[in-house]
This record gives sequence, C-alpha cells and structure tokens, in this order.
Amino acid sequence: MYDMKALYQAESVQDAVALRLAHPEAQIIAGGSDVLVQMREGKRAGKELISIQRLDELRGVSLEEDGTLRIGSLTSFSHITRDPLIQKYINVLGEAVDQVGGPQIRNIGTIGGNTCNGVTSADSASTLHAWDAVVELTGPEGKRLQPIRDFYIKAGKVDIREGELQTAILIPKESYDRCFGHYIKYAMRSAMDIATLGTSVNVRLSPDGKTVERARVAFGVAGPVPLRAETAEKLAAGQPVSLDLAEAFAQAVKEDINPRDSWRAARDFRMHIAVESAKRAFIESVKLAGGEL
Amino acid sequence: MSIVGKSEIRVDAYDKATGRTKYYEDRMPQDALYVRIKHSTIAHGYVKSVDTSAAEAIPGVVRVLTCFDVPEHPFPTAGHPWSMDPGHQDVADRHLLNRHVRYYGDDVAVVIAENEVAAMQGVRGLQVEYEELPFVLDVQKAMEPDAPQLHEGCPGNILKHTDMRKGNYAEAIQEPGLIKVEGWYETPTVQHCHIENHGCYAYEENGRIVVVSSTQIPHIIRRVVGQALGRPWADIHVIKPYIGGGFGNKQDALYEPLCAWCSTMVGGRCVRVDCSREETFVSNRVRHAIRFHIITWIRKDGFLAARKIECFSNQGAYASHGHSIVAKGMGSFAQIYPCDHVEADAWTVYTNRPVGGAMRGYGMPQATFADEANIDECAAAVGMDPLAYRMKFIMPQGYHDAFSGNTNYYDSFRECLDKGKAYIDYDRKKAEFAKDTGPIRRGIGVAAFWYNTAVYPISLETSSNRMQLNLDGTVTMQCGETEIGQGADTAFAQMTAEVMGLKSYRDVHVVSCQDTDITPTGLGAYASRQTYVAGFAIKKTGRLLKEKILDYACEVTRQSVDNMDIQEGNIVRKRDGKVLMSLSELAMTAQYNPVHSEHLTAESTYTIRNNAYSFGCTFAEVEVDIPMCKVTLKDIINVHDCGELINPALAEAQVHGGMSMGIGYGLSEQLLFDEKTGKPLNNNLLDYKLSTFMDHPHLEAQFVENPEPTSPFGTKSLGEPPACSPAPAIRSAIYNATGVSLDVAPMTPHVLYRAFKDAGLIQD
Repeated sequence: MYDMKALYQAESVQDAVALRLAHPEAQIIAGGSDVLVQMREGKRAGKELISIQRLDELRGVSLEEDGTLRIGSLTSFSHITRDPLIQKYINVLGEAVDQVGGPQIRNIGTIGGNTCNGVTSADSASTLHAWDAVVELTGPEGKRLQPIRDFYIKAGKVDIREGELQTAILIPKESYDRCFGHYIKYAMRSAMDIATLGTSVNVRLSPDGKTVERARVAFGVAGPVPLRAETAEKLAAGQPVSLDLAEAFAQAVKEDINPRDSWRAARDFRMHIAVESAKRAFIESVKLAGGEL
Repeated sequence: MSIVGKSEIRVDAYDKATGRTKYYEDRMPQDALYVRIKHSTIAHGYVKSVDTSAAEAIPGVVRVLTCFDVPEHPFPTAGHPWSMDPGHQDVADRHLLNRHVRYYGDDVAVVIAENEVAAMQGVRGLQVEYEELPFVLDVQKAMEPDAPQLHEGCPGNILKHTDMRKGNYAEAIQEPGLIKVEGWYETPTVQHCHIENHGCYAYEENGRIVVVSSTQIPHIIRRVVGQALGRPWADIHVIKPYIGGGFGNKQDALYEPLCAWCSTMVGGRCVRVDCSREETFVSNRVRHAIRFHIITWIRKDGFLAARKIECFSNQGAYASHGHSIVAKGMGSFAQIYPCDHVEADAWTVYTNRPVGGAMRGYGMPQATFADEANIDECAAAVGMDPLAYRMKFIMPQGYHDAFSGNTNYYDSFRECLDKGKAYIDYDRKKAEFAKDTGPIRRGIGVAAFWYNTAVYPISLETSSNRMQLNLDGTVTMQCGETEIGQGADTAFAQMTAEVMGLKSYRDVHVVSCQDTDITPTGLGAYASRQTYVAGFAIKKTGRLLKEKILDYACEVTRQSVDNMDIQEGNIVRKRDGKVLMSLSELAMTAQYNPVHSEHLTAESTYTIRNNAYSFGCTFAEVEVDIPMCKVTLKDIINVHDCGELINPALAEAQVHGGMSMGIGYGLSEQLLFDEKTGKPLNNNLLDYKLSTFMDHPHLEAQFVENPEPTSPFGTKSLGEPPACSPAPAIRSAIYNATGVSLDVAPMTPHVLYRAFKDAGLIQD
C-alpha cells in the first residue's frame, strides 16, 4: 500500500501538460521504478502523481528526416537495447542501458525517467552526454530543445520548467555518424547494481582508420552530475591512433573529473578506475571503429 | 536402505512452485491491525519524551505505545534450549521498547493502526526527544576504559570472556628456530538476507495469546513470549507456518514478544508486525563481526609448535546469542590443525551496532577465514604449497576431542581435499597460472573447515516425535524440528518411510506446521542438527509404532510377531516373504474392529548425548584484474563429508546455497555504518552487495559419504558447513594470483585497491 495523495492519469501529452499546470506539486511517474521506491521509503509519501504511463506516442525509436535519431522518453531500457536503429547508430547506448538493474527493472524503467532523475550514476547518462544528446521538452508553449549537458543542473535537479515534461531524447546525425563507442559500468557486482563509475567513450576515425578525428568521453559519478572530460578529448583530436595515445587520453581525464569521497567509494579509487576505464573504453572504441592498435 | 539415499522430489515442491504454500501473511486475519515501529535515530542515549499527539490525530491510528508503557523487567531473546542451570541461561537485557536506546534503529515506540499507511504516517509523526550519549562502534575501542558503557554490570562492555589453555604456550615458544607467523584478521557484519522478512501476528483467544510467526523455533518462542510478558509459558500458543528462510536470524525471538504485547494493549485484537527489508538489516540480527589476532609458531618443516589466538566479537547492542558464537569459533583452532600448546582468548563485547545473533555457521565462517588465512601464511613462511601443508598437518584420522566426544573416524579431510584437487585440476593449473605476469592474473586457492553437527554437550539435545497410522496405510509424522526451506520435511519423510517399511516417502505425511498446542515439544531448526537429531526420534518412534502394528497384526493373522515385518507397506511373513495383509487393511481392521478398536499411534522423545564432526573444503579459481581491482570467480567446488546423504539432490542444493553465501562473505557483503552518527548506510538490497547469480560461476558440490557411526542414518551436519570455507579459499586464490595476502573480508575492490597500491602492483 502506497501513501499516495492522488494519481492523475494523463491521456495525451497535452493532457499531461495541463495536469502539470493544474498540479504543480505533483510528481511525474513513468515506469515507477524510482518514484514508487521513494514513496515507499517515505521520501515522497503523501505526494500527488501524474502518470504518463499510457502515452504510447512517447514510446519507440525513430529516424527523423534530417537523420536525427529520436528516442521517445517512455521507451523502456529493454526496447532500446533491442531496437534496430539503436543497434545500428548508437549500439553503445543499448549496451549501457542493458546494465541497469535486472530484467524486470529494464522492462519497466524508461530512458526519460533515467535522465529526469538527475542522478549522476544513471547508466544512460554518461553515454547520452558523450554523444551530445538533446533533450526535447514539451510544455504550454510547445517544444523546447536543450543540450543534455545543460539539462542537468545539479545532483537530483534537471531543467524541467513549469508545465513541462520530457518527451524525447534526440541524437543529431552529426553526433552519431561514423562514431563508435564503448561503455564501462564499474560496479560492485555483476547485476542489480548502480555504477560506482560509468565511463562512455566514442571515437570517429579518419577513413583510413589511422587518425582520431574526434574522441568524446563522459563519466557518471565522477562529479555531482554526468560530465565530459574535454582536456582528454582535445588531446586526442587529430592524433594518430596508438596505445600511447590511449594512455595519454586516459591520464588526461583527471584534469576534468571531480569524484567525491563517499562511503560508496573513495575519491582516489574512483580517479584510478576512471583512468583505467577511459583507457580500456578508448581502445575498445577504436577497435570498433576499425582502427588498429 | 532403499528410500533414504535417493534424490526424491521435495514434499512441498508443487505447492511452493505454484505459489500455494501458505506463509504467515497468507494466513493473516483480515481485520489485523498494523503495528509499525519507531526506531531510534541516534546510536546511543536516552529517550526523554515521545510526543504522540500528531500521530494519535491521524485517522486510522488506534493506539500509540512508547518505551514508557512497557513492562519493567528484561527478557532474553536467544533461541537456545532452556537451561535448568541459572548460570547457563541466556542474558536478559531486552525490553519490548527501549528508553535507553543502544543502537541506531533501536525500538522506541509503536503505532497501531487500521491500515499500513496510517501506521507509517503515525510513525513519521512521532516526535522523539533524546538525551544523546557518546557511542562506540569498534569492538576493541568499546573495551577501552573511557568507552561509553552500554549495559550496567558489564565493565569494559564485556559481555563475556572465556579462554582456553592447552599445554604450555609460553614455554613452547622458547624452542630455538621457530618461525613466527602473526596476523590480524577482520570479518564483516553481514545479514542473513532470507527471502521472507520476519513478521508475525498475535491475538487473544480464550484468555491465552496466539502468536503466528515466521520463526525457526516455535517452542522456544512460546517460552520467550511468556518471559517477556510475565505470563505462564502455557498461556502462549505459537504457530509456525511455512517460512521463507531464516539462516539463524529467526532462531531468536524477534518481534513476537512485542507483537503479543501489542495485542494485549488493544483488547486482544489481532495485530501484525511485518519487518521491511530495511528493518530486517538493522533491527533483527546480524552475523557477528569478529576480529582475530593469531600468532603461530612453526618449525622449519611447518609443524605447528604453538599458537596464540585472540578473538574480539562485536556483539552490538544486546546479548542475543552472545558469547556462544565466538566461543564456538575459538574452539575450532586447536582441533583442525592439532597443536599441543594453545593459548586462546575470546571476548564478546557490546557496541552501539545492530545485534549479533545466530547466523549459518555460528562463528565458524569467521574463525575459518582467519585460521585458513594464517595457515596459508604459515605454508608460505616455510615455502610449502598451501594444499601440501594442509595434507600434512590437518586433523588426522582417529583424532578425538574429549569435550564434545567427537571422533574423526575416517581420514575425511584428506579424502575431501583429494576430491577437490582432482576436480579443480590443481597441479596443472597452478603451474600454468604461475606464468601469469600481466595485469590479469589467475590463481587457485584452498581452504578447509570442520564443523559440529548438534549442540551437545553445551546445550540440551532432544527430539520428540509422534507417528500415527492412517486408514489408507500411510503414516502421519510430527516433530519439533522445523522446515525452514532447507528440505527437512522431505528428509524426515524419507527416514520415516524407511523405518516404517513403507513403499514410498510419499506415504508419509509430515505435518509441516508446528503448533505448540499440538506438536511434540522440540527445539526447532538451528545448528546443523535437524536431520541428525530428528533421526534418533524417528527411529525410536518408528520402532514403537511398528511394534504396535505387528502386535495388532498378530491378533488378526495369528502369526508370531517375531515372524512378521513391514515391507513395501505390507505386513509380510519374514520366513517366506508372503504378504499377509496391507497396512491399510490392518489400519481399517484396527479402527473399525467392534471388539478391539485401536487408533495406532506412537510417540517418543530421544535425548541425544553425542555430537558428530562434519568436514569439508573449498577450492576456488579466480582471475584478478589488477588495474581494475576486480576478482572474478571462475570456478569453485565444495567437498563435504556429511556422512551418508539422505537426499543427494537436496544435499547438493544445500551446498549451493551455502557456497553462494560464502562467496558474498568473501567478496562483496558488508553492512556499513556512518562513523559520525552510527547510522547504517546500506541497509537495503541495492547498497548491500549480496552476490547475484551473475557473480557466481558453476557451483560444484561433491561428497565423501563416510557413514557417521553415532547416527541411526549415518548422517551428520550439512546445513551450515557449506558457508564456512569459500571465503578463505577465494582469499587463498587471490594470494596465489597476485602474491598479495589479504587480512580482511569482504575482499572488495576498495580493499584490493589499497592492497595492490601498497604492494606496488598499481600506480596512480
């Protein structure tokens, strides 16, 4: 039995927007794998909920006319992993969200919920950061697009404004074209865990596979919100593919990351794992892109 | 024997697989009121006041009770048999709710409400004012003179200290040329994590109190509830339905006394207490974290000349099972690797942490981790292979322990070690893995353990049993040893069918539900004793019933009793095997005979005055990713000599479960506390890293079946033993892979990071 004040069932996106305006204190609930847990713990006890569970228009992955990959916010992790468009253009995202919780959670958990939570450990977050995803929000004024890096304000807080709900995650063509990536979830056990550190690297190589045109790396749990390691990215851009480059790239991530000491893991340990993970994910990405090391 | 020894399907398999089995919640009266508990949010102090007004104003709240309302007298909670010797009785240091709170999560007040939401709102609405006191979490810091004191009459917070002296340690270490191998070994606080959280409900009926509980020990619960409420024990009627595991946590009075008392405070209405997982971690029981200091003096050939062992057991806030756990662990050292000069001390110390109680292995997983780690270091100190060292020095055949009366009748240890060695391909892999020098290195490890079966001679060992012949020729059997998921009922059915000469174990109906008004008095499920001790009473009662049946058969068949037997469910003439009549015919005749009607039933009690050694070992193969500070378990085998197997498939399942528990103990599980507040940090199944099956390789279970001479069925303990040796075997394998000797469990990446850095294996 949940201590829930009221549940409003949205029948359409417009309806959801209207409910958001009518009940500004209410919490949006999609899959419920976070919200209901918090409600049970008493953290959100007595709250009103707006369910967007029935909004099938927010489910599924599609390719827009300009080549933008569109992931509806209610798309479950299981569906993302099995989606042919994801597998073709951004397979690493499917692999990353396949490491969330266990099968039941992946069947109900959504990518919208995963990002709107604003937690740094979310398995989708570092990859979406590393691929310059754009968040689509729909509100009373219509749609608003926001780069995911600006969407995260601080731990647990994202930029969703009055009357808005997140309706899609977009990956522009320029971001995924000829890019290959790898995600390493570092956790304390092999399933049912949250990331101690999440590392997502992707590269675009020159057509001959010998030069790094662009390398991007983002981390979860290396700071209060997911973050990019730009020093490393700049260092690698335009450089010939080599193991030395992998090492230098990995060492350079230390310039930008800022993990904290907590009971879950010490700062120095997270720094160490970040470097090692960046190196391995970089090497793996280069191999996926057809580079030789 | 034809029925015992077969992998029969569990008697409860179909109902459990289809969800029909009824647990306490499935039997709950619909009008039960919800009792929810307000737990303390400080680690140590006094409750000055509880403002209940806001809670009482919530619609649906029936009554709020606080630590100022409970009876003044303390009571014990441990699930030990009652002792007629007052000096041997469990420590009574609990109240139903506590004014002096001694750990973060202690029970302060309850809200009783019509529904769960109102009860929880009520709990959140209680305003508790505390007078805070300093607290202490570390076992040795708690022993310091200026440490906060938890209980009156326990200076230094020492609940109990015992020692063991054998030979002359001080003299023995004077021998020239001895090598000193010294270490401190640390084991963690872990929780049982049984599937079904503890819960219970209670109501008054005809002036008595009925308590239905998820417990392992219904008859002991009756006594403890009586003590806690100050009522005659016979006023309490306890029913134990099917339960979803216990592993020792439910070998304690948990919330049954509080629940029963709450019922009496609302006019005898039915009230329910249901622990959440978060409460189960903190406010039930945990495994004692024990710190060991071991000094072993060995000769150049590895011979153990003398040993000194100090054990510091973190009891937490209340006595519960108390000193018996560490005492058991301490007692193991002098036996597994026999040594003539041993000086051992064990302290059980109160701290402001959750309460240590019984947990599968009862002190032995802790002692085995420390001892096997130290033995590995002894082997290394003289340049011996750890397996070869064990083969040379482990308990020999014929070893006899005067205290328990246990004898090692066979060379079980070496037989087990040989079997494990063959499976893991020890020699070849060891040679191959020695070539690994890169960032990823493989290793192989071994650890051994011994275990007692029952609790004799420390406590009473008794089993009672009732059997009745049904009209269809089947037998109904009842005993006090409980089914808690381990498969006891199936083993009992097989043993009963065997003794009675029935056709199949399916012809035995084991009454799974213990009811203290009906069930013969027994002690419940604990230690690793169910199959062993129940076996004595099953044999005795079965013989009595068989005698009655044959006596009656004599009247009908006019054949001599001596010339008859029961085989395959029939009365047969021994000489020529002729079937004289079926058991069903006999039962019908006996029941409906107008001249001599008889209900054929037998009942007996057996007092078991012996114990039995159980032996085994683990071999583990690991792959260590040094830069990532990660251990992957690649292969693992447990080999057990638990005597003859009653049901090999169930035995294997028992071993799998214990291995899983041992793997978590070695690699990932640990309840953590905030040093600044004493607050538990990870009391949920996400943050507490119970290992998942993704963390396990194939779990291999093998057996050496040396019949136990003291047991009527040749059997001995298997319930707890599988959890004892996996963690030290994994430790041994990491040592073999990396050369890094770890002295703390669990060996998490955090621990490996520091150790590898210290060893220069990784740099930042």
